[in-house]
Amino acid sequence: MAEAAPFDEAALVARAKAGDDGAFSELVEHYERRIFRLAKHITQSDEDAEDVLQESFLKAYEKLDTFQGNSKFYTWLVRIAVNEALMKLRKRKSDRSVSLDEQLDTGEDTVAREVAVWDDTPEQRYSQEELKGILDQAVEGLEPIYKVVFQLRDVDELSTEETAEALGISIPAVKSRLLRARLQLREKLTKFFQRKGDDVFAYL
Amino acid sequence: MLTCKDFLRELSEFLDDATDSATKKELERHMSECPNCWVVFDTCKKTVQIYKGQVAKEIPQSIHVRLMAAIQRKMAARKCEGHSHPHPTDSNNPNCS
Repeated sequence: MAEAAPFDEAALVARAKAGDDGAFSELVEHYERRIFRLAKHITQSDEDAEDVLQESFLKAYEKLDTFQGNSKFYTWLVRIAVNEALMKLRKRKSDRSVSLDEQLDTGEDTVAREVAVWDDTPEQRYSQEELKGILDQAVEGLEPIYKVVFQLRDVDELSTEETAEALGISIPAVKSRLLRARLQLREKLTKFFQRKGDDVFAYL
Repeated sequence: MLTCKDFLRELSEFLDDATDSATKKELERHMSECPNCWVVFDTCKKTVQIYKGQVAKEIPQSIHVRLMAAIQRKMAARKCEGHSHPHPTDSNNPNCS
C-alpha cells in the first residue's frame, strides 16, 4: 500500500494490547477504509457496511487479548469483519443461511469471450478519477465472493494462504475464485482498454 | 498437448508465477502458438497490475466520526470497569458514572 507515513502494524498492536488506546485508534484509522470496502462488497449496502465496520472494530478491541500474533492483524480483523457481515446478511435474509463457501463454481464462467488486444498502458487513456470509476464499476458487477477474494488478493495484496485464513475457506477455493474474478474483470475492462481500431482477427 | 481450456485453468497461477517449471514451460509454449490465449494472458496481467494497491476510497467523514465515537465510548467504559483490563490507567476518569 502506498501509505505516506511509516506504519508498523506489529508495534501498534503490541502497544494496543498493553492498553494504549491511542495505538488502537491508529490501527482503526489505518484500516477503516479497507474494512468498510470489504463490508460493502459483502453486504452491498452503505448502512449495513457502516454497522459491520463499527461492530468489527468494537469486537477487535474487546478481543484484542486473544489475538496471538500468529497471523497479521489485518487478516485477523478481516476474519472478524467477514463474520459480522455474514451475520448481517443472515439477519436480512432470515430464510436462508449465507456462506462465502457456497459452491457456485460451475466452470461455465471460466471462459474468455472478449479477445481483443489492449494498449500497453491502457489506464493512461483516462484521468485518475475516470479510471477509478471504471475500476470500481467493474468490481461492483462481480458476485460478492469474487469481489472479496479479489480485494484481499489483488488489491490488499494478501497471500493465498492469508486470504483463505481470513475468509475461512480453502486454498483451492481462493484460487478458483481469484481466477474467475480476474477473468470476469478482464472481460469487463476490455471495452475501455482495448486498442483502438483493432480486432482480434488481425492477429490470427 | 495443452488445450485453451487447460491454459485458462492455470492462468491465475501462471500470472502469480506459482506454477512448477514444467507447467510453466507448457503454458509458455501454448501461448506462443495460440494468439488468443496470449491476448487473454496479457490483458489479464494488465488487469491485475492496474488494480494492485488501489487505495480504498475515503469513507464519508460522518461514518468515520461515528466509528471513532463508538470506539471512544467502548474505551471509556473499559477504563471504568478497571478490573477487566490489566492496565487500569485512571481511576478518576470523569467519564465513569
